[in-house]
Amino acid sequence: MALDKATVARIATLARIKLPEAEREAIAGELSKILSWIEQLNRVPTDGVEPMASVAHMSLPMREDKVTDGDCRDKILQNAPQSAKGFFAVPKVVE
Amino acid sequence: MSALTGLTISQARDGLKRKDFSAREMAEAYIKAVETARPLNAFLVETPERALAMAEKSDARISKGNALPLDGVPVAVKDLFCTEGVETTAASKILEGFVPPYESAVTANLWRAGAVLLGKTNLDEFAMGSSNTTSAYGHVESPWRRRGDNRPLVPGGSSGGSAAAVASRAALAAIGTDTGGSIRQPAGFCGIVGMKPTYGRCSRWGIVAFASSLDQAGPMTRDVRDAAIMLTAMAGHDPRDSTSADLPVPDFEKAVGQSVKGLKIGIPKEYRLDGMPKEIEALWQRGIDWLKDAGASTVEIGLPHTPYALATYYIIAPAEASSNLARYDGVRFGLRVPGESLDEMYENTRAAGFGAEVRRRILIGTYVLSAGYYDAYYLKAQKVRALIARDFDAAFKQCDAILTPTAPSAAFAIGEKMDDPIAMYLNDVFTVPVNLAGLPGISVPAGLSGDGLPLGLQVIGRAFDEEMVLRVGYAIESAAKFEAKPGFIAGQA
Repeated sequence: MALDKATVARIATLARIKLPEAEREAIAGELSKILSWIEQLNRVPTDGVEPMASVAHMSLPMREDKVTDGDCRDKILQNAPQSAKGFFAVPKVVE
Repeated sequence: MSALTGLTISQARDGLKRKDFSAREMAEAYIKAVETARPLNAFLVETPERALAMAEKSDARISKGNALPLDGVPVAVKDLFCTEGVETTAASKILEGFVPPYESAVTANLWRAGAVLLGKTNLDEFAMGSSNTTSAYGHVESPWRRRGDNRPLVPGGSSGGSAAAVASRAALAAIGTDTGGSIRQPAGFCGIVGMKPTYGRCSRWGIVAFASSLDQAGPMTRDVRDAAIMLTAMAGHDPRDSTSADLPVPDFEKAVGQSVKGLKIGIPKEYRLDGMPKEIEALWQRGIDWLKDAGASTVEIGLPHTPYALATYYIIAPAEASSNLARYDGVRFGLRVPGESLDEMYENTRAAGFGAEVRRRILIGTYVLSAGYYDAYYLKAQKVRALIARDFDAAFKQCDAILTPTAPSAAFAIGEKMDDPIAMYLNDVFTVPVNLAGLPGISVPAGLSGDGLPLGLQVIGRAFDEEMVLRVGYAIESAAKFEAKPGFIAGQA
């Protein structure tokens, strides 16, 4: 599968990574090469095979629904690039 | 190399108990070794004060006769484990300056067992790589050189800093993480032991996530016994990781030295690759002969989906990575590059913060998960993964453990294989299937290549049968008598 520049731009937007116009061609080439190598999987018959999401042969453990952690706001905020009044701060999103 | 930095963990443990030397003396020797090893760029952060403080606590316990299993053992920690109060970057610009307010489960277990933190080791950015050349903080150099060739070599990756530190005697032991071979391949390249336990054996809590269904922490040590000692301390159930196995942790050291007589060792025919160097073939054959000499028998097994493991991995790992790495958005930690809008701030931050390989994998992962392609790529890969795991299940009906080479070549020079991502990915051809199936595997140094570089053999076991892996690994180690040392030893001028 060969990716074109427009597809690469769309993926980059989905991934929220700015990709300058000048780099899109080269990235499209790199990704296309990897994807065409990956397509060897089409040779494997997989009809009726259950997809495997995890090797852990277990059901997800349940626990009592109660707070087990928290009360550490300042610790959490100490790594924030910007915080204000006990919250993470971001550029204005509502006009 | 001082006499102290030449010891194994088990030797150090005995020496400390006999009071031949103190934990503080041990820490001082290693702090100096870490300093002299700086040309390798194996450490991103050195923590000498913390090491001394921890060593003094060890000495206090030892003098009272209450020594813990790892008291006084100086370890290096891959900078993918969050360490409270010590910068943790995953070798990425996007996490520069991040100081975790909490301690990872595995490192907390090590400190609880008395181990001493020497520092945080360099790695491929977010553990994505097989050469430790994608770190945002510079390459790690292997302490080894080819005979008659002075070009710097890669230590392997992604746990390259940990491997170089242990091999150069700048750390008594180290921990790494292994998503597709990131402990075993660098251990093989650097002539040390590296073990990936069963998925679920060690808690992933507090490890910077790469591919959550594959990531697993493990020890990197001078010998198999030390790997067993480290794993016993690292492992254990942790309710904060929902995939952590609620199983008792055996004393793994007890498995070391048990006879392999009567065991059946599987030799997978699909691992004989076209064009594999003859010396790798020869090493593998020597491994087979050693185990036979020790009383085991070998049986040819089939792992027919092996040829598809790498392609499967390069869908699943980037897909999970693209999701895990969505958290680096410039809001809660790490780098922020301003923009006109929130979206632009995200895009600018992530463009500036991620290196080329990480960006490539996020884009691949985003694509294979995107609407219209999910079934063709991601779901297909999950099905092939099931077949790969099924191959191992069938094989283990015929054998107790599987023997393979660790990697298809010895270490290569820094700069080689850099232009072709797929050539780089092939490094992990023998290790990736083990992660996909979630099984335990160990790499044991078993010989030297024609130009004098270490080569490793890998032993793979059934899920949660690390004891078998250690037992067979020890038999290989005992027969191989690998005593070669790298050209660069910390503390030697």
